[in-house]
Amino acid sequence: MRPLHPVSPRLRTVLGISFFVLFVTFWAWITLGGHVNRIFLADPLSMLKDGWRLLVEDRFWLDILITIWRVFGGFVLASVVAVPLGIAMGAWKPVEAFLEPFVSFARYLPASAFIPLLILWAGIGELEKLLVIFVGSVFQIILIIAVKVGSTRRDLVEAAYTLGSANNGIVRRVIMPANAPEIAETLRLVLGWAWTYVIVAELIGSSSGIGYMIINSQSRLATGQIIFGIIVIGLIGLLSDFAFKAFNRWLFPWSLA
Amino acid sequence: MSKLLIEGVSRTFAGVRGGQPVRALMPVDLAVAANDFITILGPSGCGKSTLLRIVAGLEAPSEGRVLLDGKAVTRPGPDRGMVFQSYTLFPWLTVAENIAFGLRERGMAEKERDGIVASYVDLVGLKGFENHWPKQLSGGMQQRTAIARALANDPEILLLDEPFGALDNQTRGLMQELLLGIWERRKKTVLFVTHDIEEAIFMASRVIVMTARPGSIKSDVVVELPHPRHYTLKTSPEFSALKARLTEDLRVEAIRTADAH
Repeated sequence: MRPLHPVSPRLRTVLGISFFVLFVTFWAWITLGGHVNRIFLADPLSMLKDGWRLLVEDRFWLDILITIWRVFGGFVLASVVAVPLGIAMGAWKPVEAFLEPFVSFARYLPASAFIPLLILWAGIGELEKLLVIFVGSVFQIILIIAVKVGSTRRDLVEAAYTLGSANNGIVRRVIMPANAPEIAETLRLVLGWAWTYVIVAELIGSSSGIGYMIINSQSRLATGQIIFGIIVIGLIGLLSDFAFKAFNRWLFPWSLA
Repeated sequence: MSKLLIEGVSRTFAGVRGGQPVRALMPVDLAVAANDFITILGPSGCGKSTLLRIVAGLEAPSEGRVLLDGKAVTRPGPDRGMVFQSYTLFPWLTVAENIAFGLRERGMAEKERDGIVASYVDLVGLKGFENHWPKQLSGGMQQRTAIARALANDPEILLLDEPFGALDNQTRGLMQELLLGIWERRKKTVLFVTHDIEEAIFMASRVIVMTARPGSIKSDVVVELPHPRHYTLKTSPEFSALKARLTEDLRVEAIRTADAH
């Protein structure tokens, strides 16, 4: 095969789908063919059956909704704090010198390890779930945005100065719009991570949500339900990612043109 | 009185990692009369861009000072419009919004802005492209927008740092005629940095030739070719004589630059 040679759109779709087919076929073969113990891994058909029962009889869609709300709630909370701070750090070097060492350190604190502490502080209600996502996302967003803003094209800034911009105008009418698409792209990325944190938060001290259903299914060895839950998370993640991408494209037509 | 006075301006860069400081520009004195079109011609790395950036206020001189209308330059401002070699249109603004940028920063009302923007769109021949994003424009169109953006602010002096350096030869020729045509109609003091001899002569009422690094003024040549200038002028004997003379001047400096490396 020629390196870096593009593939036709048709072939790309066919290849992309065929891996899914291959994957499910392999899964069906080892489970339905009796190559693994059914207790540890459900086959695709019973997974679908379990999923259907979950949705129809156990009102699983309520769990889905509550999980979605937690992800977006925590994510919005983190964004509202992190975006202005990140911009401030990137734009004003003293602010960066003041906050950067702490934020860099805080970034490595694992959000999941905060769960016991957050339960002590905020109980096992919704606030605790939001805070887990907040802690997991906020420092990441701050740092990435600060770096992007810090690398704003200097020639654009200089051009604005020669056109009469004052310091304030540089930040508001050059630095912010110049980095807006990158900031939105960063948020899209971090939203993906927020899905990981929410499940961890729901595995501990929770009585609703997709994560709760998964941990609950474990004790009943309902592997079909667990796999169904995981697939639902994947699908929602994919959908929100698509929506976010489309929204960014609509918001920043100039960055693609 | 001179419009622009450059008095003993020099620039030395601090040494890298404790090395010797590097002198980019020897003290330069230059007086620019109002409505003069001055080109600064020099080999690459001679400090001509540094000199222009000091006039713009984007860099501070190590010694000396720059006076515009008798007032010392300390920082960049809308009285010194600048066109850069790199494409510096704001990518999130349309052509019209880019041209209006300086007026908006000044707080001018939208109604008033629109009239000025339309006249400059017309001046640089971009009618019909007002609502295009910079990405959708060719290099030449982007630089035309950049010129309109700088002029719309009605600066006291227009500074251009090899504005056509990234363009192909044909486009460059057309851009030279366009800019010169604008200058012939609406007099403006212009400082234009280039390393292209033909461009330097064709545009200028006065060519300043700089020496190799550290740059200083080597010669100061008045170009007495008549206006309006047409591109055919480039093949006239008077033009060729000037070109031969400046080529000789510059060649010596280019050789010095090459030997230094």
